[in-house]
Formats: sequence, C-alpha cells, structure tokens
Amino acid sequence: MVESPQIRRWVLATRYILLTVIAAIMVYPFAYMISTSLKTRSLALGSPLDIIPTEPTLQNYVDVFRLADLGRYIANSAFVSVTSTLLIVFLASLMAFAFSRLRFPGRRLLFISLVIGLALPTMMLIIPQFILARDLGLLNSTAGLIPFYVGTALAFHTFLLTGFFSTVPRELEEAMIVDGAGLWRRYWNLIVPLSRPAIATCIIFAFLGTWDEFAWALTTLNDESQRTLPVAIALFRGQYSTDWGMVFAASIIAVLPVIVVYIIFQRQFVAGLTTGGLKQ
Amino acid sequence: MPGFALFVLIMVYPTVQAALISLQKWAPVPGGRSEWIGLDNYLKAFSDPVFLDALVNAGAYTVVTVPLQMSIGLGLALLLDGAMPGRTVYRVLLYLPVVTSWVVVSLLFQYMFQSGPGVANLIVVDVLGLVDAPVPWFLERWTAFIAIGALGVWKGVGWAMIVYLAALTAVPRDQHEAAALDGAGRWGRFVHVALPALRPASIVISILLIIGGFNVFISVLLMTGGGPANATQVPLTYMYQQAFEFLNFGYGSAIAFSLTLVILAISAVQYLATRERKGG
Repeated sequence: MVESPQIRRWVLATRYILLTVIAAIMVYPFAYMISTSLKTRSLALGSPLDIIPTEPTLQNYVDVFRLADLGRYIANSAFVSVTSTLLIVFLASLMAFAFSRLRFPGRRLLFISLVIGLALPTMMLIIPQFILARDLGLLNSTAGLIPFYVGTALAFHTFLLTGFFSTVPRELEEAMIVDGAGLWRRYWNLIVPLSRPAIATCIIFAFLGTWDEFAWALTTLNDESQRTLPVAIALFRGQYSTDWGMVFAASIIAVLPVIVVYIIFQRQFVAGLTTGGLKQ
Repeated sequence: MPGFALFVLIMVYPTVQAALISLQKWAPVPGGRSEWIGLDNYLKAFSDPVFLDALVNAGAYTVVTVPLQMSIGLGLALLLDGAMPGRTVYRVLLYLPVVTSWVVVSLLFQYMFQSGPGVANLIVVDVLGLVDAPVPWFLERWTAFIAIGALGVWKGVGWAMIVYLAALTAVPRDQHEAAALDGAGRWGRFVHVALPALRPASIVISILLIIGGFNVFISVLLMTGGGPANATQVPLTYMYQQAFEFLNFGYGSAIAFSLTLVILAISAVQYLATRERKGG
C-alpha cells in the first residue's frame, strides 16, 4: 500500500505548519525578552504583542554596565566557570583513565560510590556543604565556589568519560607500553587525543553548569562585589524596583554565550544527553 | 588521586554529615552545642502541614508537567523524524529553552504572568476569553502553579523531544518497511512498530522527569518565594527557608533527606513496575 505523492505532500505540509506554530510559541518568550530589553521604561509595560519596539533604544544595555556594574559580574562568572571547567575536565579525565585502564584495589567500590554520587540531588547536600565551606573559610568569595563546583561535577564527568575511554582499543595502548611509554604518556598522547569529541562534550557541559549555577552561589556569596552573573540578575529585581528592561538586558548578555556555544556545538549536546542521561 | 580526594570532601563527607545533622537540633554557630534528638526532626516534618502541602505541591506539579512534557516531546519527535529540509533549524529552536538558565527563564515567566498587563492575562482574557478579569497569578496557590508549570513544560519539552528523536533513529528501518508491506498505514506502523520500540526511552525519560519535578526549586524560589503564606512552598524551597532564613539546619536536613527518600521510593516502585510488566 503505497501512498500517493499527493497525500505525501499534504502530510509534509501539515508537519511544517504544526512545527512552525509550536516553534513560534517556544521562541515567543525570547522575542518578548529581547523586545522588552529594547524599550524604555515607560514603554516596557505596553502591549505584549508589540514585539517590534516603536522607538528601540540600547539605553538599558548602557545602564546595566553603568549603574549595575554588570562588567564585574561577567568577569566573576567567567573566572569561576573557566577555572572550574579546566579543573573538572582535567581531574575527571584522570579519574576516568584510572577507572578504564588500571587495576587497583577498591576500584569497584570507588566506582559505585561515584554512581551513587550521580544519583544524589545536589540541593540535598547544600546544608552540610555550606557548613563545610564555612569551616574551610570559603564563604563569600568567588574563588571559594570553585572547589564545590568541581567536586559536585566530578561524578557526572568521570562517568561520561569512563564509558568513552573504555572504547579506545587496548592494542594501541599495548603497543605504546612495548615502546616503553609511561602512564602519563599513555594518558596524554593516546587517550586524550583519541577522545576529543567526548572531552569537548565535557567542556561544554562543565562550562554551562558552572556559568548558570545559581543556588550555591546565592547561598554562599554575600558581598555584592563577589556575585556571579545569575545571582546578580536575580537580585537586580529588588534593587532597581523591577526595571524589567534592565533585568532583561542583563539576562540577554548572560544567555548569549550559552546560545552561541549551543548553536556551534549542538551535535555534541545531543551526544552528551543521550549517552550520559541528564543531571541538572 | 586529587580528584577523588575532592569528590570525597565535597560529596561523600557532606552526605554522611547531612544524615548526622538531621538527627540533631543543630547549633548553627561554630562551636555551639548541638543537641542529639534522634528522629524528632523527621517526626516534626511529617506532621508539619507546610511540609506536607509542599510535598503535595511538588507532586501536583510533577503529575501535570511530566505527561505534558512527554506527550508534546514525543509529538515533536515524530514530526521531526525522517529526512526533511530545515530539520536542524527546528531542532535548535525547540531545544533553546533547555539550555537557557533557570534564573533567566524564571524571571521571564514571572514577567509574562504578572498580574496586570502580562501576556498570560492578555491571552486568557482578550484572546481566549476564558475569564473576565486579569488573573493575579502569583497570589493564589493553583494559579501560581499554572505559571510555574507552564515554565516547567516549556523548558522541558525540548529535552524529551531530543531523547525521543534519538530513540526513533534507533528503530530499524526494515521493521517499518516490513509493516508497510503487510499493509499497515501510518497509524498502524506507529502503534505496532514505533511505540514498542520507544518503551525503554519512555521509562528513562519519565524517571528523570519525575525526579526533576520533585526537585523543582529555582523557578518557585524566584517566582513566588513559596508565598503567599506558604501556599506555593515546595520541599526544596521550604528546606532552603528553614536552613538559611531561620537557621534550622537540623530540620532543613531532615526535610532534604525525607525528600530524597520519597524520590528514591517513587523511582524504585516505577522501576519494579516496568520490569514486572515486561516479564508478564
């Protein structure tokens, strides 16, 4: 029973119409956000359907840098997420190398504890982690976030990389051992170059996770000068008595790098999601 | 292995400590004397109407948003399945909400659902005519959860879609062709070939979404703060308030642990139920 070309064309058209309608609904909030960020305060509360502002202005973008010190928060967030990402990927890949390639006592037990760590909701540990950060003197500093971001993310990234490293053929490594290559050379010159896609996936997820992290940064940072971007944006609301134009101008600046990274690396995103499950 | 040391410090040690704190009337001041009170915190939690309401709220949020995310996600995956021009563009657009930070989208939805001139009111009053007057969304328990749930569905649909798409590409083409030769139409092929092949994906998606539903936090914290009068509290916002506003660290930990147990129990039941059906 073969469908006629006419029916087929009709089905395809319906698919496009449905998809376009749904995509429009999904994208509308973003369009609304951009449009509000381009309106002056008095016009921001105008009709929500005026997506194209009558007198667009970049004043809100100027204001978030001038009045709200956005540059500082961007710098804080960039510092924390870049440092954390490098540490996460480096440490997780070393651990994954050990799990996939070496036999050592307690290996199974350690791996199981890692998998359990994967299942625990991060928020559940916020109280004891807070006490720990206090006792270690890591409260109220941007740099103090890093050990916690790295520690929390390690389980997921080690898990992801262990799976990938295990697929690297053993023969290659044995050839290197015959040539007298030590552990470090096997890790750095063999496994890492062969696992580039997996490591790229890790870099993306580690960066996004730390760039967007909110609850922990909100809890541990008090000084305005130490805030990261998500905390600063959330707290803008009260400070500027909900000047939505400014809130959304800052939001767009915070979201932009994420969207750029996502569009460039969307294949890696899908790979990471389908192999590693998802932990937010 | 420095990675593992950090993992133990940031994840394992706090897990143990969380259990211990939950059994005490914990003194938040360093060096203060904490009192050992056994299971009192847990007894208190399960007779605390606010906590029980918070569980009901998170449960209702989960029961409504999870099926919606799954069915819309599946629908979108089916629409996008197979070769068609522009497929990547739609996929990117529909997945955009998933990668955007919770902070930004929570503020955005709060803005869209604001009591007076928000888009949400424009739609329900002027376009659909469902109600006569603008709804003060965040001033009542269930209307607030409509807004919070709308955000949850909007943000999660793209993720369900991507996982379903990955599962659909794994359905062998020849099965489709065989069914078509047997005279199965589109609908028949969907019911007899695609749906059974999607079962494992559906199980994984539902388990992860249910866990996510009970862990709802940032959107509630930013959109209602659990108010008015605790009406929209969910377990994590209540835990957060108890710990970091009222400094009841012991009680907060007990709430966190209870929530984790509830989630584990639901996941276990779900896992066993799906396994049994497969056997029978």
